[in-house]
Amino acid sequence: MTAPYLLIEDLAKRYPGSSEPVFENIRFGIERGEFVCIIGHSGCGKTTILNVLAGLEQPSDGHVIVDNREVKGPGLDRGVVFQGHALMPWLTVLQNVAFGVRSRWPDWSADKINEQARKYLEMVGLGHAMDKKPSALSGGMKQRVGIARAFAIQPKMLLLDEPFGALDALTRGTIQDELLKIVQATQQTVFMITHDVDEAILLADRILLMSNGPRARIAEIVEVTMPRNRTRAGLHHDPQYYRIRNHLVDFLVSRSGGDEARNATHPVTVRPGLEADANAPATTDSPFVRASTELAA
Amino acid sequence: MKPEFLKSTLLSLAIFCRFIGIWQLATMPKESAAPQTPAGMSAEYAALMGLTAPKQSGFPPPAEVGRAFVKFLSDPFYDRGPNDKGIGIQLGHSLGRVGLGFLLAAIVAIPLGFAIGMSPLIYRALDPFIQVLKPISPLAWMPLALYTIKDSGISGIFVIFICSLWPMLINTAFGVAGVRREWLNVARTLEVRPLRKALTVILPAAAPTILTGARISMGIAWLVIVAAEMLVGGTGIGYFVWNEWNNLALPNVIFAIVIIGVVGMVLDRFFATLQKFVTYAE
Repeated sequence: MTAPYLLIEDLAKRYPGSSEPVFENIRFGIERGEFVCIIGHSGCGKTTILNVLAGLEQPSDGHVIVDNREVKGPGLDRGVVFQGHALMPWLTVLQNVAFGVRSRWPDWSADKINEQARKYLEMVGLGHAMDKKPSALSGGMKQRVGIARAFAIQPKMLLLDEPFGALDALTRGTIQDELLKIVQATQQTVFMITHDVDEAILLADRILLMSNGPRARIAEIVEVTMPRNRTRAGLHHDPQYYRIRNHLVDFLVSRSGGDEARNATHPVTVRPGLEADANAPATTDSPFVRASTELAA
Repeated sequence: MKPEFLKSTLLSLAIFCRFIGIWQLATMPKESAAPQTPAGMSAEYAALMGLTAPKQSGFPPPAEVGRAFVKFLSDPFYDRGPNDKGIGIQLGHSLGRVGLGFLLAAIVAIPLGFAIGMSPLIYRALDPFIQVLKPISPLAWMPLALYTIKDSGISGIFVIFICSLWPMLINTAFGVAGVRREWLNVARTLEVRPLRKALTVILPAAAPTILTGARISMGIAWLVIVAAEMLVGGTGIGYFVWNEWNNLALPNVIFAIVIIGVVGMVLDRFFATLQKFVTYAE
């Protein structure tokens, strides 16, 4: 068995002055081309894990291995989309993306750099706003520029820290669709933090559930067994959706603070979407499935 | 917008006219006290003693100051010996000293401010020195400068240097230390080299604060140059004021005061424009 593309082993983070680690014994792997979401309550250290993956923070214990090499610091092989978009307000939209492109390929001519930046801005639907300053954009548009900047350097892996957290529901939906399209087209490996259960189900192949901090761990890994060509509009027609959703909400509401979750040493992988299939024929015509779907709705 | 501007301009003009009017009234020769030749003195002697001249307050009326304006502005660049130069030449000397001292201060303050802003260690190490040196009046350095440099012109430039240094240094350090963590993290994840990071991320992010410091420095430098030139003498607008005071030519002194104000305002406007150029909206 070969090692996964990204491997995290026994990761822990202690902040000075605090006796207990924020999280410990974190271990998981991400395969190439996989989309993994992480969900947990505030304070369980999700952002810290992402920052460690990005190389922006050092773990207290454990290590991160990407492509058989240990991560020691930030690098261009991992593109980061920050929570607060982190655009430079003195640059135009195009210059912001071009700044990343120039960092990735310093030898390129200005024309080639701008061409690459334009291509990715067109991809996120911002072809018309390239010469605007970020202050003239809406929150959703700013976040799209951040996504374009991360994609434009063609990283091996994308790290997204709650990229849509600050957006209203409508805008969030549109950008989720766009992200889904881009990721499906580029086969990008993605690690994403989210608070939104539906967002995780829509986008992820696997969802990591974290128990509450301090001493947070990964309690469970939920495999999203629905076919990969999901759409936001069609998602709730799939009976698996409700089973997965209920499982996630149950965990967040009642189990994430419990002893079972908090003492998990090796997270179990569960497939709540397929659970019904074990007991009943896997067709939506099954009375059992229909009943449970209606209940959930 | 436009009628507002018109109104404020009219009001400014009204205030100005009223000020000139009061000035004119206050400096009018007194009519009641007509000069009389004292008893037992020949009229010729009294005239020689100035006793028959109309009594004046001594402070020049607006018209006289106006004539000084016309006289100096109509020929600003003449040079008739060390004590008689046109106002343009005097201003040129002052602006040259201020510019040079300010430039030297910027060359020292901006890189040093970068270092202080980026390194808490350097900040803590240099902070006591800055705190003690900052409140010293720049003119207090003058004797030391004259003794060590032994050149009054360069001493003047040194005084400008030392007074421009602190606001720029402190503001640069403050601006650099306050660059948003996110922007630095973006630069880190993009593996931006330190020099490029300093020039393309930190400098533009801190530029508004740095320019605020530069604007304050320039303001102080223009205040200090007048006093410094009164001390070192020779040339410059400060020396001009002192020289005209020694001549007891008050209209010329008033003219110089107004010119100092106008030039200071122009310098400040210049920096305000620069500031507008680098300010960004978040």
